[in-house]
Amino acid sequence: MQVLLPDSFSEACKFLADDRERIALAGGTDLLAGWPQRQDRHEATYIDLSKLAELKTITWQEDALVLGAMTTFWDVLCDARVRDELPLLATVARRIGALQIQTRGTWAGNVANASPSADGAAVLMAHDAVLELVSVDGEEHVPLSGFYLGWKRTRRRNDQLIRAIRIPRRRNSVQAFEKVGIRAAQSVSILSLTIACSAAGWRVVAGGMAPCVTRWPSLERLIESATPIGSPAELLPSVRADLSPIDDLRSSAAYRERVLARVAFSKLSQVCPQIHGRL
Amino acid sequence: MNRRDGMSKLTGRERFIDDLPVDSCWWGMTVRSPAPRGRIRAIRFGPGVDWSAFAVVDAGDIPGANCIRHVGDDQPALASDAVRHVHEPILLIAHPSRRAVRRAVREVEVVIDPEPPLLDYRIPPTPDQIQHGNDNVFAEVSIEKGRVEGAFASAAHRVEGVYETGSQEHAYLENQGMLAWIEDGVVTVQGSMQCPYYVHHALVHALGRSADQVRVIQAATGGGFGGKEDFPSILGVHTALLALKSGRPVKMIYDRSEDMAATPKRHPSRIRHRTALDVSGRLLAQDIEILLDGGAYSTLSPFVLSRAAIHAPGPYACDNVRVRGRVVLSNAVPFGAFRGFGAPQAHFAGERQMDVVAAALAIDPAELRRRNLVRDGQSLVTGQTIVDGADRVALLDRALELASYAAKREAHRDFNDKHPYLRRGLGLASYHHGSGISGLGVDWLDSRVKVMGLPDGRIEVLTAATEVGQGTTTILAKLAADRLRIDPDRVDVAPPDTARVLDSGPTVASRTAMVVGKLVEDACDDLRRRVELGPMAGGDAVFAAIVAWHRAHPGLRLLGEARYRRPAKQSWEPTLHHGAPYAAYAWATQVAEVEVDLRTYAARVLDFVSVQDAGRILDDALARGQVAGGVAQSIGWALFEECVWKQGALENHQLSSYAVPTSCDVPPIRIEFVECPYGDGGQGAKGLGELPANGPAAAIANAIADATGCDPRSIPLTPERLMAAMEGGGR
Amino acid sequence: MTRVIELVVNGQPIVAEIEDSDRLLDLLRERLALHGTKEGCGEGPCGACTVRMDGLPVNACLVLAVQARGSRIETVEGNDPSRLGELLRAGATQCGACTPGVVQTALWIADHPELLETHGVRELIAGHLCRCTGYTAIVEGVERTVAERKR
Repeated sequence: MQVLLPDSFSEACKFLADDRERIALAGGTDLLAGWPQRQDRHEATYIDLSKLAELKTITWQEDALVLGAMTTFWDVLCDARVRDELPLLATVARRIGALQIQTRGTWAGNVANASPSADGAAVLMAHDAVLELVSVDGEEHVPLSGFYLGWKRTRRRNDQLIRAIRIPRRRNSVQAFEKVGIRAAQSVSILSLTIACSAAGWRVVAGGMAPCVTRWPSLERLIESATPIGSPAELLPSVRADLSPIDDLRSSAAYRERVLARVAFSKLSQVCPQIHGRL
Repeated sequence: MNRRDGMSKLTGRERFIDDLPVDSCWWGMTVRSPAPRGRIRAIRFGPGVDWSAFAVVDAGDIPGANCIRHVGDDQPALASDAVRHVHEPILLIAHPSRRAVRRAVREVEVVIDPEPPLLDYRIPPTPDQIQHGNDNVFAEVSIEKGRVEGAFASAAHRVEGVYETGSQEHAYLENQGMLAWIEDGVVTVQGSMQCPYYVHHALVHALGRSADQVRVIQAATGGGFGGKEDFPSILGVHTALLALKSGRPVKMIYDRSEDMAATPKRHPSRIRHRTALDVSGRLLAQDIEILLDGGAYSTLSPFVLSRAAIHAPGPYACDNVRVRGRVVLSNAVPFGAFRGFGAPQAHFAGERQMDVVAAALAIDPAELRRRNLVRDGQSLVTGQTIVDGADRVALLDRALELASYAAKREAHRDFNDKHPYLRRGLGLASYHHGSGISGLGVDWLDSRVKVMGLPDGRIEVLTAATEVGQGTTTILAKLAADRLRIDPDRVDVAPPDTARVLDSGPTVASRTAMVVGKLVEDACDDLRRRVELGPMAGGDAVFAAIVAWHRAHPGLRLLGEARYRRPAKQSWEPTLHHGAPYAAYAWATQVAEVEVDLRTYAARVLDFVSVQDAGRILDDALARGQVAGGVAQSIGWALFEECVWKQGALENHQLSSYAVPTSCDVPPIRIEFVECPYGDGGQGAKGLGELPANGPAAAIANAIADATGCDPRSIPLTPERLMAAMEGGGR
Repeated sequence: MTRVIELVVNGQPIVAEIEDSDRLLDLLRERLALHGTKEGCGEGPCGACTVRMDGLPVNACLVLAVQARGSRIETVEGNDPSRLGELLRAGATQCGACTPGVVQTALWIADHPELLETHGVRELIAGHLCRCTGYTAIVEGVERTVAERKR
């Protein structure tokens, strides 16, 4: 096993271009879990990005907040300006794992890891985040909502690295994040629901409900069209249209489906007058 | 008084077995059965490993009996032909490199010819599933008091219910670990354990050696809760076998996922209550059937069943009681000791049943208990008359007061009416726990203790009682110091090493302060007599008398000794389970306040009150620590800790997938003690360690019923299971 | 692959030979013989391996040793024992297995009391699983340690 130590992001891209099987290492909170037993992982070559200060940045551009690839959940939590302007990012960051995970875990790593339950990816997607994917051949900007292609499959070519995440600077008039886990902290989401409404419209993102974190377009349309909804059951067709929960070690499809409908109904009934009724 | 090992632990200086450096130590690991039942057809060693560099041990290498001696002799140290559970140990391998051992374990293929496994203990076995005796029953118990059938026939009310509890993983923060080496012909085993003499007996039996050829030393132990009561005997034998085979010191330290997958857990239970009451809600008769899952081998199951049966009718007065119980085999990893040892299971069923009865009779749950709690002069199910001066009704009332029961119930009605999706409720549990080992087990143990007066005037307490976090060393030092009227700074507590200490019995059954502590006091009295000190002499006079004795007896040892004698009133007939199985009972009432989220079916505990009488409290901080810890563990058992089984082994065998409660899942635990000293306990102490774990599950289930109107009958009440209870469907 | 890294551990500059596959936890326990930091689960949730890295609590089992090059690591061995009195008095330790990790976070909270304007103590210590205390005494101990630091 070997770990390459690039002096710069562009050197990291070069290392990756030399051998596309090399694996980028950021915070390590996913890659290193169960490390001594995961001997299969000990044979690979890694590119350590964790010391690249040029990537650990929070930059305010005129129309976007740009998070460098090594920016951690804790970095965002501690930034008063982010808390003020994009509060949902901080709300979600503090629900991920616990303190020791938040201090090392990166937004970019969370996105690249492509867990179907990724909370960071979910809130970023609800903000129309765009990824800067860079290789030695150039760069492209890919909206996160189009980044996931299936279970653990993404638009990232294996010679590309995420350099930064661009978040449009829009104020949300409505925003909410609900996470359902196996306990109150230190819990991978069984399911999550992120809702945001800005000048760009409604965004609803579901986690743990499909092979990847995903937008929930039929619910967005239901909201935008002010369709009256009188109970969670009336949301089930929309759940089934766009989402495909499964049974796994943490939970069942039946629970996920029913609870997502209830959580969505309850949340939306607080902000949409046409959505109201008994749980 | 601060705990004496506190700074050592807070500074990270405390040395657990994985912290002890050992020169030229080899690392050992275990090759295990992949199947729940069958016969070993072949063992294939993979080609990519230089096996000549490894020590390999199989059943043929066992010098003594291939058996881990607990009580029964049915569990092999290493399977040689038949396997009865997934992860059953078959081979042991060792090598100087831990990394190499990890790799090599995966390269051994065990081929099993499968046989039909029994994976649901509730279903009677088919003939081809019989693996123990002729009926797969490890133990049975039957207790009768009065005449049950007649009382049912004439009762105004009859209520029936069936209650189930799931298993539970101990999740001590320090994984199981052991080190073995041979020194001057003595096999020495050191490691994480609760009971050095259990390990010693197991080693003598499996290695075929005499008692003085085996030595066991307890290392600092990071939590036990029963999980290190019997399993260390297995790990100790395994490590010793590898040390013998390799001629090297060998360490075996389980990683978390192996520990959770392969070691014993709490017995699952199914308990059926039939309760008969008169018009005023007084108990006329109780008919209780208990079924426990013992897993693949009997281990300690007969004792767990016994305690469950004795506690099943609850702390209530009833003239007609019948309890029948069985613990049966299944092809699961064997179940074992876990804090409470059958009583938590019994009290979940009993205290949930009390609320079900209360609802059926439209009596307030607290009032139902008030009417039936045993008063002094009344007897429990084994015929034991309770006369201990404890006011169990006052205990109940104090818990209700502390919990603001009446005011909160009022507030909840209002809250539940208004809130769109949260519902709050209160639930209680009144229960007891017999202190010490049940029945005649005490005699069989023949516990012995020594207190030594050292030449420099210091005192050393020598017992086999282990410190596993509960405060053993602090408490025993205090008891000795108080008895000798000296400063605790002058008292040392010897590390439990079988070369130095006698067998004072296992560190289980909440017996340490009460039983071993009393023996320490008796040994101090003996020491006092030997140096001819009057009973009131203390301080420097004690110091001077010891020093003077040594000057007068150079080269000799000054020892005060004590040996356990069962109190006369504790008489026991085991077959009928009749008499006084415990010399003392601790009593408690707990009140849980919960909030249920109707969107997600998740319940959380908002407030928890625990009021208990455990005799004299020897140290307030240590005692509170036991209550808070026991409550938190049982909150986990009630709400979060679902064991997902695959082929009789834990599938969610990681701390990321098995939900031990975090600090955000447990409220501040509010604790109060009422002290009714027990004369034969150390300074009047009764047992405390397990008591707090018996009540929370029922209190929480009752609170959830109060909050939502549903009627849960089993735990854990994870959101999925609560959804099923409330809506039907789900998993 | 073997390499040499430089880092600072408990204020001491260290030059260490490591394997690329070593975790920071392995470097501390095996190469530097600092056994205060414990391995409870090897995957993150238990927090027993918590150390401070460049001023922040992290799980040492989730950091490669090479990732700690040039970093400032603080383990339980480096703490001033006089700061532990309130944790001791509160009964915040029982078996001791989770304790070193808890102490690393507890003292860090006391050094950054402004955190308590946005976070509760329970949330900040949620990365530590304790099976003995039920958390009550740990929370009390942390609160009193914070109060003591302020004075």
